Amino acid sequence: MLARIDLSDAELDKMSGELAIILQSVARVSELATDDVPPTSHPLPLTNVTRPDVVRPSLSAEEVLAAAPASEQQRFSVPRILDED
Amino acid sequence: MTSDITRASAAELADRLFRKEISAVEATQAHLDRIDAVDGSVRAFLHIDAEGALATARSIDQRRMAGEELHILAGVPIAVKDIATTKGLPTTAGSRILQGWIPPYDATIVTKLKAAGMPILGKTNMDEFAMGSSTEHSAYGPTHNPWDLQRIPGGSGGGSSAAVASYQAPLAIGTDTGGSIRQPAAVTGTVGCKPTYGGVSRYGLIALASSLDQAGPVSRTVLDAAMLHSVIGGYDPMDSTSIDAPVPPVLEAARRADVKGMRIGVVKQLGGDGYQPGVRARFEESVQLLVDQGAEVVEVSCPSFDYALAAYYLILPSEASSNLAKFDAMRYGLRVLPEGVDDPSAEQVMAASRDAGFGDEVKRRIILGTYALSSGYYDAYYGSAQKVRTLISRDFAAAFEKADVLVSPTTPTTAFKIGEKINDPLAMYLNDIATIPANLSGIPGISLPSGLADEDGLPTGIQILAPATKDERLYGVGAALEAALVRRWGGPLLAKAPELSTTATGREVRA
Amino acid sequence: MSTATRAPEPVVDYGEVLKKYDPVMGLEVHVELNTVTKMFCGCATGFGAEPNTQVCPVCLGLPGALPVVNVAAVESAIRIGLALNCEIASWCRFARKNYFYPDMPKNFQTSQYDEPIDFNGYLDVELGDGSRFRVEIERAHMEEDTGKSLHIGGATGRIHGADHSLVDYNRAGIPLVEIVTRPIVGAGARAPEVAKAYVAALRDLLKALKVSDVRMEQGSLRCDVNLSLRPKADDAGAQDDVPLGTRTETKNVNSLRSVERAVRFEMTRHAAVLNSGASILQETRHWHEDTGVTTSGRVKSDADDYRYFPEPDLVPVAPTRERVEELRATMPEPPSERRRRLQNDWGYSDMEMRDVMNAGAVLLIEESVAAGATPAGARKWWMGELARLASVEGRDLADFGVTAIYVAELDAMVAAGRLNDSMARQVLDGVLAGEGSPVAVADARGLQLVSDDGALSAAVDAVIAANPDVADKVREGKVQAAGALIGQVMKEMKGQADAAKARELILEKLGAS
Repeated sequence: MLARIDLSDAELDKMSGELAIILQSVARVSELATDDVPPTSHPLPLTNVTRPDVVRPSLSAEEVLAAAPASEQQRFSVPRILDED
Repeated sequence: MTSDITRASAAELADRLFRKEISAVEATQAHLDRIDAVDGSVRAFLHIDAEGALATARSIDQRRMAGEELHILAGVPIAVKDIATTKGLPTTAGSRILQGWIPPYDATIVTKLKAAGMPILGKTNMDEFAMGSSTEHSAYGPTHNPWDLQRIPGGSGGGSSAAVASYQAPLAIGTDTGGSIRQPAAVTGTVGCKPTYGGVSRYGLIALASSLDQAGPVSRTVLDAAMLHSVIGGYDPMDSTSIDAPVPPVLEAARRADVKGMRIGVVKQLGGDGYQPGVRARFEESVQLLVDQGAEVVEVSCPSFDYALAAYYLILPSEASSNLAKFDAMRYGLRVLPEGVDDPSAEQVMAASRDAGFGDEVKRRIILGTYALSSGYYDAYYGSAQKVRTLISRDFAAAFEKADVLVSPTTPTTAFKIGEKINDPLAMYLNDIATIPANLSGIPGISLPSGLADEDGLPTGIQILAPATKDERLYGVGAALEAALVRRWGGPLLAKAPELSTTATGREVRA
Repeated sequence: MSTATRAPEPVVDYGEVLKKYDPVMGLEVHVELNTVTKMFCGCATGFGAEPNTQVCPVCLGLPGALPVVNVAAVESAIRIGLALNCEIASWCRFARKNYFYPDMPKNFQTSQYDEPIDFNGYLDVELGDGSRFRVEIERAHMEEDTGKSLHIGGATGRIHGADHSLVDYNRAGIPLVEIVTRPIVGAGARAPEVAKAYVAALRDLLKALKVSDVRMEQGSLRCDVNLSLRPKADDAGAQDDVPLGTRTETKNVNSLRSVERAVRFEMTRHAAVLNSGASILQETRHWHEDTGVTTSGRVKSDADDYRYFPEPDLVPVAPTRERVEELRATMPEPPSERRRRLQNDWGYSDMEMRDVMNAGAVLLIEESVAAGATPAGARKWWMGELARLASVEGRDLADFGVTAIYVAELDAMVAAGRLNDSMARQVLDGVLAGEGSPVAVADARGLQLVSDDGALSAAVDAVIAANPDVADKVREGKVQAAGALIGQVMKEMKGQADAAKARELILEKLGAS
């Protein structure tokens, strides 16, 4: 599923009940949210924050791979991918 | 004397260090000893870095001896919520999925603490990925409230507040997304501040809800919080949402502590029914104290606040579900293979690892968030919640026309018992009802102790809110109130907390 | 699964397709920008570094890391928009495109959704016969590239059959601009040609803007082709009202040639499906240049739910109108003007210029001339031998690995009389075989026109002596007969003689010049 979490049936049961309750209570937001109200995605009215196109030091390959569950040839080794992108 | 040092405020410690009455090593060791003595029962820390802290302390002592001019807080130890990356020290965000992860970089605030020469004692416990109001959702076990070890210390930053409340550290770093600094402060009798959104860098803070998270100071006094706020605040080019302006004059305001002529707005929607009587009583008394000091009270109404909780519990899970997608067992973190599957695919390993590595609350919120963002539901849920945010900001703006600061009880109740609300997510969410609006708007808020509730003798907190970028007002009003309250109590509120039994055997080391 | 093990899907003859159907295309081109650093962090972007050495907490997606926008990438995106006659947004945001894939460190791509920086533009494309076709551009937006995976264990190095993959994140976070056309209608039978011409024109434009290396074979220019068929309307005027058919997306289209062939193939395949009464499966397909077919990839649904929402870690991008005008002033001359100027400078006829354009050789000739070749010489080499070789090998001229400088060198050697044509061709073979520069190859192979009059004179004398009858004819005034003598002199000289010089000498000696 979209959340990529493998829930057991028991977990799923418990969770759907909880989620239903939560959803009911949060659904009330649509009562207040009328068309003439603009959404806020940022609390601050900042724009155009950028950085110059100048190189900064990268991590070493060692640091990058240090926590890798598996690695090979200085790359992250991941299990076979089913979904072709 | 050890207890001498650990009972001192950060300001006092800083002063004594400056005068060379004590060394940084002594100050640090005293706190490490205290941690040894009491953290077995409080369980505030997930990781202690005695070696690193003492090394920093030694270096500060050397530099001070050499006559170097140091930062005012140099040598004052501090604990850091385990949500901030610390290079070379494990950072777990209270989750199994990051068990043993050692970041290769420091959060900007950690860099600032290091630059100020503050020994970092260790990383404190928290609700997993900061999702919670009790620290019971930590994968590593709950932290216990020093006032009553059977009770929660608040959340998500219960570890930081409990550490400070039990004198294991004079200062700590917390983060606040819906109240996670302010609420624990209220229930542990300590001070906690959420700065204006963008006032403190988020670079290196493991993200929960990007548009709501802020790091802030946790302390025992308002002045201490101001000092720490000055260290960690300020513009960071690594954080696009950080404000390019100097830190507000919080220290001056805390020192001046003057409320004469200030208009204090009491918010109608925060503090009525559903708030424990003892909490309300202490709140009303505090407001009166402010009036006694020359402030004026006005009533303000912010009707959209009734929808704040609902908006928050849509926005937060939505952003969090996206922020937590990176934990997929491919590059770092827990990797678990699905049971009974030969040659599992990457997709299967991701799903199995996330199921094993995330706790229930995290899973709940990820699924909720995934749903709220999905096509067909976006407008009704996430989209609507973002509109409610606009309405909340408008209500605040209108309120701040009439008042310089707004006040409310920080939380509806005092500390509840561990286990009491864990199976009722909605009841748990209600703890944040007073603190959430500030995060939705990005305005700053502080909580300081307002007294003990009569019915249970447990700490209550008063919350002060100010317009965005006017953080200094929190400290000015807070310091004035604190002074009056301390006078009334005959000493800090924490002095009334029961003494923790100390064990010489030390604490267990947790993974 | 390789195409060899699958039954080939039926196709309809191209001519037949056009009798019943009207093709509609959509082309999505991803341009990898040539900025010094990545889109959201300061890691270097240079090609060919050791794996995972150009990675930092931000582009690795480590917990806590935050993006900061690269100003140069924004400016490149704006310039691309201006060059495509787009409106430049006065305010736009980044958005998160959420999906899980191991080459995406955050499992979301920071992109732009309903607020692209450029929109509502067009590109006028010149086709082979000189006619023009306007391709409407819906939008161009900024996004970041993913890491690169090596699939280990399968037969073809592709995902199918691989038992694990190795991921390198050096490429993760490199700035991309995605350019999306509106549905391209009205191309009819010329759809494949229009598609190819569009991508070629876009490539030239981007190269002139200097925003990217635009090397398709290196991946700095990527094209996805979308195609659908709808019934051909009886009345051409009513074609627009016929609803669009189901489309398929084709990936792995790595050259201009592939663009044209893939469009053509999909048209024939769609027609076969529709003719059989079945419906087109909306899916992503994979183009195979070697076998000339597409194979089924992933079933795609418009409801692939990416759960877009505005990126909370970034603030809106609001280019000021002043800045946009400043950038507009940096625009290179429009392609059509440029082509007119070049044609003029080079002295080519319209036909010659058009041939050059169709072959995708304008830039190559321009560079060669800049390196010192004569316009005629440059055209001769690029349109002659090199074009022939490109066609034989099924590659684009630009991908050849013969640089403009080499062509200029070759041309110079011929002009200077050091090589004749046949020797020059040998030198070219050597260059293509990787033996080095033209001068190096000529030296190594000892190719040098003998202009030493002595040797040539001796050879001429010998040949004249050996062919008295032919010599007589020339003496009598039949100059054409000298041809046979020239041939023999060339043979004598082992080809290393200037034929023109030999002719001169022969005629001189025979008193016929």
